[in-house]
Amino acid sequence: MNNKSKNAFLNYGLVIVFFVVFQALLSTGNISSLLKGLLVPMTAYMILAISLNLVVGISGELSLGHAGFMSIGAFTAAFVEGVILNNIKMEGPLSKNLGVQILIFVISVIVAAVFAAIAGFLIGIPVLRLNGDYLAIVTLAFGEIIKNIFNCIYISIDETGVHISDKNPSLDASFAGKMILEGPQGSVIKKVSIFAAGIILLLLVLIIVQNLVNSKAGRAIMAMRDNRIAAESSGLPIKKYKLMAFTISAAIAGAGGALFALNSTGITPKQFDFNASILILVFVVLGGIGNMTGSMIAAALLYILPEMLRELDVQKYRMLIYAVLLIAVMLITNNEKIRALAGRVFKKKDKVSVKPEAGKEA
Amino acid sequence: MKKRVLGMLLAGVMAVSAFTACGNTESGSTAAANPDAGETEEAAAETEEVTETEEGEEAEAPETSEGGALTGTLNVGCIGPMTGGAAIYGNAVQNGAKIAVDEINALGSDFQMTLNVQDDEHDAQKSVNCYNTLKDSDTQVIVGTVTTAPCIAVGEEAYNDRMFMLTPSASSTDVTADKDNVFQLCFADPNQGSASAQYIYDNQLATKVAVIYNNADAYSSGIYQTFKAKADELGLDIVSETTFTDDTANDFSVQVGQAKDAGADLIFLPIYYTPASLILGQAYDMGYTPKFFGVDGMDGILTLEGFDTSKAEGVILLTPFSADAEDAATQSFVGKYNDQFGETPSQFAADGYDCPYAIYKALKFYADKNGGLDVTGMSYDEICEILISVFTDPDFSVDGITGQGMVWDANGEVNKAPKAVVITNGVYVGM
Repeated sequence: MNNKSKNAFLNYGLVIVFFVVFQALLSTGNISSLLKGLLVPMTAYMILAISLNLVVGISGELSLGHAGFMSIGAFTAAFVEGVILNNIKMEGPLSKNLGVQILIFVISVIVAAVFAAIAGFLIGIPVLRLNGDYLAIVTLAFGEIIKNIFNCIYISIDETGVHISDKNPSLDASFAGKMILEGPQGSVIKKVSIFAAGIILLLLVLIIVQNLVNSKAGRAIMAMRDNRIAAESSGLPIKKYKLMAFTISAAIAGAGGALFALNSTGITPKQFDFNASILILVFVVLGGIGNMTGSMIAAALLYILPEMLRELDVQKYRMLIYAVLLIAVMLITNNEKIRALAGRVFKKKDKVSVKPEAGKEA
Repeated sequence: MKKRVLGMLLAGVMAVSAFTACGNTESGSTAAANPDAGETEEAAAETEEVTETEEGEEAEAPETSEGGALTGTLNVGCIGPMTGGAAIYGNAVQNGAKIAVDEINALGSDFQMTLNVQDDEHDAQKSVNCYNTLKDSDTQVIVGTVTTAPCIAVGEEAYNDRMFMLTPSASSTDVTADKDNVFQLCFADPNQGSASAQYIYDNQLATKVAVIYNNADAYSSGIYQTFKAKADELGLDIVSETTFTDDTANDFSVQVGQAKDAGADLIFLPIYYTPASLILGQAYDMGYTPKFFGVDGMDGILTLEGFDTSKAEGVILLTPFSADAEDAATQSFVGKYNDQFGETPSQFAADGYDCPYAIYKALKFYADKNGGLDVTGMSYDEICEILISVFTDPDFSVDGITGQGMVWDANGEVNKAPKAVVITNGVYVGM
């Protein structure tokens, strides 16, 4: 087994261990309600970190609009759920119908990934003509544009079908349907996500990304990142591969967004703003650019950290502690001496994080 | 090549500073808004158990019937924004609830309450986390959440778990819809919207009305909808309707300008006080002086830090509570609040004060009827069923400082009359 596939299997193993540990805690009831509530969003953010790492780490482009793709996935899931619940007859509440839940989950995730991929493809065409800082700024703008589009769409459903409008139909006295997306007030969602389903999705995403990285296309993408001119002069179609990485990343972000949405009771466009994009970027940067294992661990730890601090006596300082920890991790992982001390483990990381810069210089 | 690393670092640092900035400025402004911040902060510290018995006067506890054996300790959890944009509400509710819990504990009976307050920063996801934290620490009843959107999210969880919730101030009908365990102490949005329209119409306050509302906020849009429906019915002329979202709540010159151009002589503001203060300021600067009419979210504007209260002169707002009421219960509450927190309590503080009393009286009502009740160690779902049965009992009513004879319907909505107050010389005066 070569080094690369060893790494890949390490990641699968890690996810499975993570799942087994928490599932054991869940079934024995040894888990706090707080942690129980955080499990699925944590998995969703791990998926998003992997997705962004594909763009930032593997393809070497800085994207600051990832929450936009997440929100496309999230609202698609809300929409799919609304349509399914409107067209299906079931006995009792949704929480008792596992079959319907799985149906909603699977269809939502697939449709969300497709929609986000389409958006990623369309946005990728103009955006990927740019490089470096410009690309970062334009992706940021697209993230905000997506948020503002959702802010003025109203989707409702009734016997005659689905209605999409830029005016709020529920303001009308004769309105008899059901709102799916109510502009800036977002969508109300019936919770369907299950932890196991999230883990399966996470594994699937890992399999896709790691196989992509180890494939011909993946090598081409990394070649472009390392030296664009050399790659281009070897006859690699740059645009095609860049667009491919960006679209796949968007699709994964959409799937993660669907998972996140289906686990909440409601989502609003405001949740998926610039700060959410930066949060995902922080996971990627702190976990190690190009390092899938690292970004998963960083996403899991950094997502639950501020909430876990709630349980301690230091509650009023919890955001301060969080910030100090972020800075500390940044400084420590970038300190030459500590890196030298850390030896081989960090040497590998060092190599990876140097790679994207080479592409920039070219 | 250093540039990319630098860029990454900067992005990270930016995010970090955004977090720090939030944490710091917010707690800073909370502290500054409350001269007695030390005490408030202390109360916010998560597991503070309020069992001191310093306030020893039973006299002002409004109407407690003697007899009945209600015993034990009830763990009450409170969720609300203690930091962030809506912090004034959360802190007011917390302070009010704290006074009420102290009073109940000082009644000398064998019944005690503990209060555990959690900060949700007016964020639905965080509010659910708060709720889960409270559930882990053996909370039996929730007072909260303070704001509407988080309350809808938490209500969903509480409904599945069978935890009783009494919200002091989340006023949307979505809060109580389809959930038999969630009750409101404030009146619901439809009542506020239609009552406002009715009030404006009855008192001939205006001929042309402009509305500025937040269409990203369930609370604001909910009131607007019912206001508009009622206004159309009454024939009130709405000449300008403009919206904003939380992202665009920094500049209102367009909205105010449009109202001015349309010749509106009254602007209806079904919004929270922070954007309202900007609207008042910008209208003032434009030399445009219509009447302003707000709802309960406007309450708190006088205690907003850095706001020139003279700009709020003449603002009319709908509230169930005014601190200048003459009755003994209100006077005693206002006095205590002033002593402990150094400010005049808002309607939110009064709502927060009434909530523990409503729960206490409901349990007492049950104990009287069923020959005693010991709440120590009872599970939250048992208490939930008891409280639901009492709150929907037509014989059960509560006299609080936000209303006399409050009764609840099966939906969980309270029935009480709104009052209008006008701001005169920096204080609320009943109209």
